[in-house]
Amino acid sequence: MLRYSLKRLLGAIPTLLILMTLAFFMMRMAPGGPFDTEKSLPPEIQANLDKKYHLDEPLIQQYGRYLLDVVRGDFGPSFQYKDYSVNELIATGFPVSLRLGLSAIAIALVVGVGLGTIAALRQNSSADYTVMTLAMTGISIPNFVLAPILILVFAVYLGWLPAGGWNDGAFKNTILPIIGLALPQIAYISRLMRGSMIEVLRSNPIRTARAKGLPERVVILRHALKPALLPVVSFLGPATAAVITGSVVIEQIFGIPGLGRYFVQGALNRDYTLVMGVVVFYGILIILFNFIVDLVYAMLDPKVRYS
Amino acid sequence: MTALLYVDDLKVHFHIPGEGLFRPRHKMLRAVDGISFKLEAGETLGIVGESGCGKSTLARGILGLIPVTSGSIWLAGEELAHLSTEELRKRRQHMQIVFQDPLASLDPRMTVSEIIAEPLQVFEPHLSKEERKHKVQGIMERVGLLPNQINRYPHEFSGGQCQRIGIARALVLKPKLLICDEPVSALDVSIQAQIINLLMDIQEEMRLSMLFIAHDLSVVKQISHRVMVMYLGKVVEATTRDELYHNPRHPYTRALIDAIPIPDPAIERNKSFKPLQGDLPSPLDPPSGCSFRTRCPMATELCATEAPEQQEISEDHWVSCHFA
Repeated sequence: MLRYSLKRLLGAIPTLLILMTLAFFMMRMAPGGPFDTEKSLPPEIQANLDKKYHLDEPLIQQYGRYLLDVVRGDFGPSFQYKDYSVNELIATGFPVSLRLGLSAIAIALVVGVGLGTIAALRQNSSADYTVMTLAMTGISIPNFVLAPILILVFAVYLGWLPAGGWNDGAFKNTILPIIGLALPQIAYISRLMRGSMIEVLRSNPIRTARAKGLPERVVILRHALKPALLPVVSFLGPATAAVITGSVVIEQIFGIPGLGRYFVQGALNRDYTLVMGVVVFYGILIILFNFIVDLVYAMLDPKVRYS
Repeated sequence: MTALLYVDDLKVHFHIPGEGLFRPRHKMLRAVDGISFKLEAGETLGIVGESGCGKSTLARGILGLIPVTSGSIWLAGEELAHLSTEELRKRRQHMQIVFQDPLASLDPRMTVSEIIAEPLQVFEPHLSKEERKHKVQGIMERVGLLPNQINRYPHEFSGGQCQRIGIARALVLKPKLLICDEPVSALDVSIQAQIINLLMDIQEEMRLSMLFIAHDLSVVKQISHRVMVMYLGKVVEATTRDELYHNPRHPYTRALIDAIPIPDPAIERNKSFKPLQGDLPSPLDPPSGCSFRTRCPMATELCATEAPEQQEISEDHWVSCHFA
């Protein structure tokens, strides 16, 4: 197990290297630069800035310098937020995104698995159709439509919750963004769960469990739940990474200072180091969560043994 | 002696939705179509028939694992059909089943000891952990599993060992009735013999009543006291083992017995063996009259128009054929 983990983590290094290289050169290929404004800067100042941020060096040298910095754990200074390093920006943005994301995925997991299981147990009943219709709706409505509707209903008409802002992470301010993040995931998870649960309920071990005379509750919880969760678990890896790195759209709409927002602003402002830093950080998280998923798989299925 | 299990006119029918999109014509698959029999305590009843003749459906219907269309099932003097799901569940400690596919029927996420101990947790919750472990070890030893295998998972065992686990699991509650649904057809011949011997020994010891389902007549001959032959959801012949093998009266039974290979090349080569012609008719659309007439060498006009009644031609020898 330890050997396997080490091997997996070492195997992630080439992936990250390719990711960094692609992101670095694509970023530089985009027209414009970090210091372009509506008025053109005097050439002396431009030259000074370029020298300070090493933009006057050949591209390949900048690339080499960047790689060495990253290996040392330094993502460099931000071009736009002049007083901050990229490390500091990630350190302030990530906890916000993490909190929203983890809450959303936890809610989505509990509600999605619950709804999916109920739908599977009452297959083709009205409860089943209701859940599946809601899930289909949840998948089809994009979050840039969903979030304004939530704001309209709960902030504008009912006035129960604030329409946006972070307010240092007050509970009230987090409710709507979390719901906005969780609803589409609930939809996906409940559909996945229903499908796999129906399949598992028809399998031979479940028939054996029923023949043993186990109460239905035990049949479901002890025998059916674990195998039915496998597809959900593999979905959770990328989903968690996507949700906790901050939904770009949700953070933008609710005005939340999370990582996703820095990503968008960085890309618009050609803030080379900030975008690179966030991309690499995303990459690490996605690799990490897929790795965790594989470990959870081994826990759920004794046939999977990593050696 | 009253029978432990009494099945009367049991029918299990399935609705098959029609194929047409706009004209859904429901068809009825009569998987089990009016079967009656008795099983005494300590007796083994062999049930034989081709694939698809309703043997497994009969077994599952008796246990209530699939819904029964009509008929009654009496276990130890109690009607099962009128019990609620919960009441029926409680009766399961007295009636257990061993499935055909030994590996697939075991939960791959549980160790052997968990699989065997689970019925004890449900039906004998007062047992302490130690007592439970003791019982599990006892039954494992009885079916020929080693004590050091207790924490292994099903996929780490061979097919024969998995079937031993399945038997241990079924027997740990000391049921009165054990239904074996083709327990050896997935196993090698040498392993088959071991499992059959194990089942026979255990049956003697525990005075079990067994329903033993198979399509292999030589296996059934080994283990059964009485034998029932099924064809398309109906019983065609039922009698004691010796009577059936020495004096088969139904043409289908005769064909089956003729088809048993004889383990002596000289005799086997010279056997005048006429295999049955044709395939099993579709159970969705069974022949009129006697369902066997399409493949029967003796069939006449009468067989096409009139279904034969089951009649007792000698003591405890029941046949459904106009010419028996």
